[in-house]
Amino acid sequence: MSEAVVRKTPGRHKVLEDFADAIQRCVRCGACQAYCPAWSAGRREGNVARGKVAVAAAMLAGELGRGAELEPAARQDISLCLMCGSCTHGCPNDVPTAEIVGAIRREVAAETGLSAVGVGVAALLGSKTLMRGVVAAGAALAPVMMEKVPESSGLRLRFPLDRLPVVGERILPAPAGKNLFARLPERIEGQPGRPKVAFFAGCAITWLYPQIGEKMVEVLVRLGCTVYLPKGQGCCGMPALSSGDGPLVSRLASANVRAFMPLDVDYIITACASCGGGIGEYYLTMGGDPAILAKKVVDFTVFLEEEGVCERLAALPRAVKRQKVCWHDPCHLKNRGILAPPRHLLAALPGVDFVEMEGASRCCGLGGTFSVHHSEESGLIGEKKVEGVQACGAELVATACPGCVMQLETSLCRAELPVRAVHLLELFGEAEMAALADD
Amino acid sequence: MSGLERRLTALVGRDRVTTAKTDRLLYGFDAGRGRFLPEAVVYAESAEEVAAVMRLAGELKVPVVPRGAGSGLTGGALAVHGGIILSLARMNRILEIDTENLLAVVQPGVVTAELQARVEKLGLFYPPDPASKEFSTLGGNVAECAGGPRCVKYGSTRDYVLGLEVVTPAGEIIHTGGRTLKNVVGFDLTRLFVGCEGTLGIATEITLRLLPKPEAKKTMLLFFSSIDGAAESVSAIIGARIIPATLEFMDRATLACLRGRTEIDLPEDCGAALIIEVDGRREWLDGEVARVMAVVAGRDVIGSVVAETAEESERIWQMRRAVSPAVRAQAPDRFNEDIVVPRSKIPQMIRRLEALSAESGIPIVNFGHAGDGNIHVYILTDLCEAGMEARVDALIEQVFAAAVELRGSISGEHGVGLAKARYLAMELSPETIAYMRTLKRALDPDDILNPGKIFLRGPDDE
Repeated sequence: MSEAVVRKTPGRHKVLEDFADAIQRCVRCGACQAYCPAWSAGRREGNVARGKVAVAAAMLAGELGRGAELEPAARQDISLCLMCGSCTHGCPNDVPTAEIVGAIRREVAAETGLSAVGVGVAALLGSKTLMRGVVAAGAALAPVMMEKVPESSGLRLRFPLDRLPVVGERILPAPAGKNLFARLPERIEGQPGRPKVAFFAGCAITWLYPQIGEKMVEVLVRLGCTVYLPKGQGCCGMPALSSGDGPLVSRLASANVRAFMPLDVDYIITACASCGGGIGEYYLTMGGDPAILAKKVVDFTVFLEEEGVCERLAALPRAVKRQKVCWHDPCHLKNRGILAPPRHLLAALPGVDFVEMEGASRCCGLGGTFSVHHSEESGLIGEKKVEGVQACGAELVATACPGCVMQLETSLCRAELPVRAVHLLELFGEAEMAALADD
Repeated sequence: MSGLERRLTALVGRDRVTTAKTDRLLYGFDAGRGRFLPEAVVYAESAEEVAAVMRLAGELKVPVVPRGAGSGLTGGALAVHGGIILSLARMNRILEIDTENLLAVVQPGVVTAELQARVEKLGLFYPPDPASKEFSTLGGNVAECAGGPRCVKYGSTRDYVLGLEVVTPAGEIIHTGGRTLKNVVGFDLTRLFVGCEGTLGIATEITLRLLPKPEAKKTMLLFFSSIDGAAESVSAIIGARIIPATLEFMDRATLACLRGRTEIDLPEDCGAALIIEVDGRREWLDGEVARVMAVVAGRDVIGSVVAETAEESERIWQMRRAVSPAVRAQAPDRFNEDIVVPRSKIPQMIRRLEALSAESGIPIVNFGHAGDGNIHVYILTDLCEAGMEARVDALIEQVFAAAVELRGSISGEHGVGLAKARYLAMELSPETIAYMRTLKRALDPDDILNPGKIFLRGPDDE
């Protein structure tokens, strides 16, 4: 069925011209400097949103070359963006700089090949040697697992081979013997009258953190939901989007439309904020079937709060031994206005003493492929993030994006702090799970 | 590589000089109007580098334009005559916070709000709060003598600068003032440099006076049926010897822009509003609120909100912060003028502005820091309309004339820069302007430092 639908309305990527009005809305006030993590790392006009919008305006006005002709300095500025959307959040005129940057990256990549964007992601797409490189660098990834990571997976973009020093320094999770799909069935029947949901796992949860995916599915099952975990799902496309690979984003979107559309579920749940940003936000801008899919996407923290999970958890007796936990807002939750639900969940967990940290909504510095191409800036942004963690005295930083978990772990480790980063779902133990089920 | 680029590279290294077209475009604008491409952009990291760049510029006779966050509104950071944009954004260290002498020493690239957050953790207070405080730099604040809502009680940037390290147009490093509240040895050069708009020297280190942080504050929002009621209340509050921490004014047109953009219910028949905040000892504030209410009673007040919690106060300030973006969305072209009049003249000035808007047929929205007499006059227009530019120019001139006539000024806090240079003679006598230009010529005979600002013509062009 869906083949026909997909071919009819595959959606399209916006081009720079689509943003002409948005670019005009920038009044160059400079307010984005207060929000842009890349600005804080370099403090050059080209770092910050205002500068990138000026590059876009100059491209449209014919003052800078287009596509392959774009000056290297401008390309560098366009590559220096985490696409976190923080600037839009603070912009008095809501200029969507991350989307504009995405359009320019696609334009440049389409004409020059991907290697011209940032530093050469294209050569690594599908590189079989990635696995070998990662192992050689000392990151304990099981070879068997990396062989199974699809060539289109965002993980391959995030940790390309020719930037091994970065891979070597990054804290990667221990190998997962079996990926998420090998651990769970494609459909688990729930209780009648309860929501029908599908879980969009994403690359990191599928291959690196399947235990988070298992927790997610267990939570949904305990809530009585019928849960689908379609094996045909792929990468959300965010890393490809970040590196300007429009065609790959389209292929992935089509695959996800094929995997999810026929299920006719009430919601598509994500437990990775970036994936939510991809299939929930970016697909909306593509129109067509991807946009229809996007409208069903809900972050798990929002879903759990609406399902009354906070009240159920709060009714549990407080644990005697509790951990002090702070919350890191992933950019792709913050930009969708999802600030309160995760905090309510954390505060309700019986084993948690929730503390607010300063700069909770500041970007961790990962930013898709940013941390690979701009490791120094990424490190500086991470350093700044960790100051807030240290000051609040938390033992754990919880978040809802595996990418953030990885980056936070790296930054905490570099700062030699005895603090760990965890996914919020990892704080759900047996008692919490039991509280979810209807008696 | 051009000769200029090669010489600059020798001073600061290759990675902190650029002449790429992209960078020249990006440093060709600030937050105001106008665009001028520099020949090179340099990122300085020390006073010695700034001095070296100045000496080289003097030798090559190339202009130097210092730049912080590029958030100024009058073109102070624009390279009107080309040359070098000298970015100080990377000199952003807070060097010292002296809790015994209540002062801070900072580099010019420190963002105002960052210093404020740091000192407030120590129970201290740096009051100047320009609307751009979350991103503007202290160096820029000093150069423009930035103000903000709290000026009514606490004064502007000039009242907090104790001392400066300055690089002169000749490339020498000098020091003014110091770490003491009193100091009368020699000229008060500190005051000369504050507000000089980067034309006399470049501050590379700033010593700032701090205050104890007020224990508490209380925010009130008052609605008036008439604009006169609100304007007269401003004068009456000050006249009653009450100095609030902030006293903000919004006219009917401003409130109309805000509908749907604030959680606060705005009464339908509301003609103006005031936001009044008092600060100080907690037990003292209720009495102060009562005094304000007594003064405004009978002046067409049709509603009031007194915030009892921090959240309620924040809701009121959210409404105030929504003003600028809301007003900007009203018309394709906006002119934001920051006139200031003696506080007792606020009612007269507001009436003049209403009359000017009616006569010209061009909408004017007024709001701002009425407590210190500073009104932001937003002229909303579309310059694409035939003949509009000339009409707007005439209107701006009439607005300025009204402010000067009431013994006020054409700029309270944005500075003259490029935007207001042609109106300078409306406020200053020929002798006053000549005195200023004599100073500039003596210190910078070749007009190297930020040329084309404040004065329309060059130093030798009398």
